[in-house]
Amino acid sequence: MILDYVGVKEINGSFLVLDHVPNASSEEMVSIRLESGEVRQGRVVQIEGDRVFIQVFEGTNNVSLDNTETRLLAHPMELPLSPEILGRVFNGVGQPIDGLGDIFPVKRADINGTPINPVSRVYPKNYINTGISTIDTLMTLIRGQKLPIFSGDGMKHNELAVQIARQAKIVDKNGSNNFCIVFAAMGVKYDVAEYFRKSFESSGVLGRVVMFLNLANDPISERVLTPRCALTAAEYLAFDLGMHVLVIMTDMTSYCEALRETSSSKGEIPGRKGYPGYLYSDLASLYERAGIVRGKSGSVTQIPILTMPNDDLTHPVPDLTGYITEGQIQLDRGLDASGVYPPISVLPSLSRLMKDGIGEGFTREDHSAVSNQLFAAYSKVMDARSLASVIGEEELSPIDQQYLAFGRLFESRFVNQGFNENRTIEESLDLGWELLSTLPRGELDRVDDAILDKYYEPAKARAAARAKADKQSADAALQ
Amino acid sequence: MTQDCIYGINGPVITVKESHSFSMMEMVYVGREHLVGEVIGVNDHFTTIQCYEETTGLKPGEPVEGTGAPMNVTLGPGILDNIFDGIERPLKAIAEASGSFIARGSNVSALNEDRVWDVTVTRKIGDELSGGDIYATCPETQIIEHRSMVPPNLSGKVTFAAPSGPHKVNDTILEILDGNGVTHKLTLCQKWPIKQPRPVKKHLPSQIPLVTGQRIVDTMFPLAKGGAAAIPGGFGTGKTMMQHQLAKWCDADIIIYVGCGERGNEMSQVLEEFSELIDPKSGRPMTDRTVLIANTSNMPVAAREASIYTGVTLAEYYRDMGYHVAMMADSTSRWAEALREISGRLEEMPAEEGFPAYLPSRLAQFYERAGMVENLNGSDGSVTLIGAVSPAGGDFSEPVTQNTKRFTRCFWALDKSLAYARHYPAINWMDSYSEYLPDLTDWYNQNLGEEFLEYRSQINQILQEENKLMEIVKLIGADVLPDDQKLVIEIARVVRVGFLQQNAFHQEDTFVPMEKQKRMMRTILHLYARAKQLVAASIPISTILATGLFDKIVKMKYDVPNNQLEKFDAYIQEIDTAMDAIVQA
Repeated sequence: MILDYVGVKEINGSFLVLDHVPNASSEEMVSIRLESGEVRQGRVVQIEGDRVFIQVFEGTNNVSLDNTETRLLAHPMELPLSPEILGRVFNGVGQPIDGLGDIFPVKRADINGTPINPVSRVYPKNYINTGISTIDTLMTLIRGQKLPIFSGDGMKHNELAVQIARQAKIVDKNGSNNFCIVFAAMGVKYDVAEYFRKSFESSGVLGRVVMFLNLANDPISERVLTPRCALTAAEYLAFDLGMHVLVIMTDMTSYCEALRETSSSKGEIPGRKGYPGYLYSDLASLYERAGIVRGKSGSVTQIPILTMPNDDLTHPVPDLTGYITEGQIQLDRGLDASGVYPPISVLPSLSRLMKDGIGEGFTREDHSAVSNQLFAAYSKVMDARSLASVIGEEELSPIDQQYLAFGRLFESRFVNQGFNENRTIEESLDLGWELLSTLPRGELDRVDDAILDKYYEPAKARAAARAKADKQSADAALQ
Repeated sequence: MTQDCIYGINGPVITVKESHSFSMMEMVYVGREHLVGEVIGVNDHFTTIQCYEETTGLKPGEPVEGTGAPMNVTLGPGILDNIFDGIERPLKAIAEASGSFIARGSNVSALNEDRVWDVTVTRKIGDELSGGDIYATCPETQIIEHRSMVPPNLSGKVTFAAPSGPHKVNDTILEILDGNGVTHKLTLCQKWPIKQPRPVKKHLPSQIPLVTGQRIVDTMFPLAKGGAAAIPGGFGTGKTMMQHQLAKWCDADIIIYVGCGERGNEMSQVLEEFSELIDPKSGRPMTDRTVLIANTSNMPVAAREASIYTGVTLAEYYRDMGYHVAMMADSTSRWAEALREISGRLEEMPAEEGFPAYLPSRLAQFYERAGMVENLNGSDGSVTLIGAVSPAGGDFSEPVTQNTKRFTRCFWALDKSLAYARHYPAINWMDSYSEYLPDLTDWYNQNLGEEFLEYRSQINQILQEENKLMEIVKLIGADVLPDDQKLVIEIARVVRVGFLQQNAFHQEDTFVPMEKQKRMMRTILHLYARAKQLVAASIPISTILATGLFDKIVKMKYDVPNNQLEKFDAYIQEIDTAMDAIVQA
C-alpha cells in the first residue's frame, strides 16, 4: 500500500520535517507533490522515531505547512544507466535536460556507490600522455589516478582541462573507442559549461561525453548530488562497459560550499571556516571512487578542478583535497599574468603515482632523473630570484646568474606551450635536457654519472645548435 | 524480554529508546543485516550507538542485538600476511565472498577457521600455568613462530592437553582448572577488547635504537625500540613515503601498518610492494612479517576510529610473544578527525578547532601503549609507534600536532620547501628532535665506537652554523662572505645533499647500514678538516672547489655499495692527495 502524507510539521531552509511517518528508511527517496501539481524530489536525511527530516532538492519555495503530499519511494537515490548515456546531458540529479527523452535503464545504481575493497584495487601504473611537457615530465598523470587542478578565479584551468581531455584520448593504444569523458559542472556559470561543450564538440568527442550540469543558479541541494551521479555513471562505463573514463569535475569549491549550506541548515556543528567536520570524509567518498579494479578492463581517472578562494592553499577545500588526491597541479597567478600557458606552478605540483609509472619500460630510463633535477634546479632559481630582489641581479654570483637564465628559459620554453601543441614524452624529456645543459655538469647532483654521460653532452650540442638557429632567424628578421 | 529496536538514525549514529540492556562500549549488531556497531552513550532515555558500516536503508524498528562484550579482536595464528579493515575483518576473504566492492554486514570471521596449523603443544597435564604463559607454538609464516599464550587474567592447572600435530584455530588445545574450580578451554585464539592495553609485568628503559637504514633518522634523530615518534607534514611532504621506507627497512620483527583514512591506491601499492620485497635478513617476502590494516578514507568513519586501536592491540599481542613490533599509523590526524566527526554527531561541546575536549587524553592513551617491556611470561618485547600527522594547512600549531608532540619523544618535522626542492626525506633538521638520544648513547658507543656520536655532533654543528650564515646570505649574497664561512656553506651542502638526502628508489641508497653512515660522516668531516687547513693558509676556496672533490663526495652514497665499505679509504686517500697537491703548488 502506498501512502501519501499530507502536510508538513516544519520547514527549515531546504529541509522538511514530517511527523507520524513510521516506515521511512535512512537515505530513502521521496517525492513531494505541491498543490500546483509540481513534483519535487527529496531524500530522508535523519530519522527520529516516526519523525523524519527530508532534504528537498529543488528547494522549499512555495511549500507551506499544508499544501504538500509526500510519498516515500522505498529506494535510495538511484541513477538509471545504459550505454546510451554517452553523448547525453543531464541535470545535477541525473534527469535528462537535452530534450532527447528518458534513458531506458539497463541497470540502476545507488549514487553513493560502495567503497572499492583495497585488495581488489590494481595499483595504477600506466601513464597517460597528456602532451603537456610540465605534466608529462614533472607530474605524470597515471590512469586510475585522481589529480586535481588547484586554480583561482580568472586563471586558465578550463583550457588546461580541455587540452588534457583532448590530447589524452589519442594515446590509447586499443583504439579511441575505449575512451570517454564524464563531465560534472557544479555551480559554474553557463558560459563555462558551454565552453566545455563547444570544446568537446570541436575536437569531435561530444558523442563520447556524458555531461551533468548543475549551473550557478541551479538548486544547492542538487549540487551535493551532482558529483555522485557523475561518478556513478563513470563507474558504470568503466567497470561494466570496460571503458577508460576521464572524469572532469568543476568546481569542487562550489560543491563544498553547497555542502556547507546544507550542513548549516541542518543545524550541525561547524568546523573550520564553517565547513562541516565531515568534509574530509565526504570529499574522500568522491575522490576515492577513482581507480582500477582487478578483473575489470576499465578505469576511472579524475581531474577535479577547484578554485582556491583568494588563492589560499591552506583554505579547507584545497587543503583537504590535497590530503586525499594523489598529488595536485597548481596554477600560478604570476605566470598566468606574464602570459605563460599553461601557468603551472611547478614546485608545489606533484603526482604521487608517477614514481612507479615512469622510467624504463614506461617512458624512458632518464625520466625520473630529469624530473628530479628540473625540480631541484628550479627551486634554486627561486632562491636566486629572492636574493636578486634584495641585492640586485648584477651582484649575484656567476652560478646564480646562470640559474636565473635557466629559470627564464624553463618558463618560456618548457612550461609555456601552445593550446594546440601536443609534445611527445621524448620531446619533453629532450627539451628538459637541453635546458639542464645550460648549467654546469657539476650542478646536476640528482643524476648519476651513467645517465649524465649519455644525455648531457648531446643535449648541450642540441642547445647550441638551437641557439645558433634562433640567432640566425633573429638576424634574418632584423635585416 | 522486549526486543530493542532502532529509534533514530543520523548518519552513522543510531539511537535506541528506553533500553537498559546495553553497557558502555559494548559491541552490538544493528538491523537485519547485522551491521557492527558500538555503544558510545547510555542514559535513561536513549542508548547511542555508532555504526561501523554504511547505514543507508536502515529503518526505525529494526532490531539491535547486544553481544555482551566490548569491541574486541580475535588474536591467533593467521593474522600475519593478512589485510584487515578497521575492525579486523579480512579484506581478502570479503573480496572472495562479495566481489570488488565492500558489501555491508559481511559476516566473515577474522581468522581462517579451516586452515590447519602444525602445532607443537609445550605443556602437559598437571602443569601450573598463569597469564601470558606459552602453551603451544606453530610456524605462522616461514619466519615467525606463533606462540599461543594463556589469556592474561587466567591461571590454573592443566587438566587436558591435546597432542601436538595439525590443529585448527578453534580446536581445544588445553583445559585449565582455575582456583575457583572452573574449567577453561583454551584454543589457538583468544579475544581481547581493542581499547584496553594488554597487561605487562613491568616497563623497561628504551635503550636500543630501532635501526631504520635512513641516515637522517639513525644518525640525527634516532628512535628507540619501544619509543613513539610523530611525523607531521602538510600534503606532498612525503609522510606516507617515509612510513613505507620505515616499514620496509626497520629492524623490528613484525610490522603492523595501519592505513587509517588514507588512499586506496596507496594501500594497493603497499600490498604489491611488500609482497615483492624480500626481507634481507630472512630472504622471505616482507609480507611474512607484516599485517596491514586498511581503512581507506571512503570506508565508514567509525571503523577508522577503531583501526588505530585494532592495530595497537595486534602489536601488543605479538609483543607478548617476545617480539619487537613496530606499528606505523598513517595518519593519526584522520583518526582525530573521525573522533571529531562522531563527537559532532553526538552534539558534544567542542574544544579547539571543533575537536572534542578529550582529544589529548585519547592521544595519550594511544601513544602510552608503546614501550619496551618485560612480558607476563618473562620474555622481553617492544611496541614502537610511529604516527603520521597531517596538519591542516601544514600548520604545526593545530591541536593534533601539538598534542601529539606532548606524548611522543621523537619529532620528525617534514618541511614543504625541502619537499618542493625534492629533497627527500624532507625532514627539517632544525625543527626536528629526538629525546631518545641520551638513552641510546651507550648502545651507539658500544656498537659503533665513541667516534660515531662525535661525528654526529660535528655534522650537527656544521648545519647549525650554515643556518646562521644563511640569514646573512639571504640579505647580501654568498659572494661577500670570507672564505672560511664560504667553506662552511660548501661543506653543509655536501652534508645536506650527500648525507641527509636519501634516494628511496636507488638500489644502494634506499637502505644504508650504520657502519656506512659512520664512514660517510667520517669522509665528509675529513674533507672539511683538510679544506679548513688550506683556507687557514690563505689558499682561495675556489682552488679547493676546483678539485671536484665536493661533487664527488656528494655522490659517494651511490658509488660505494653497501657491502664494499673499504672503498671509503680510497676517498680519504684521494682527499689527502688532492689537498697535498694544492699545498705544494
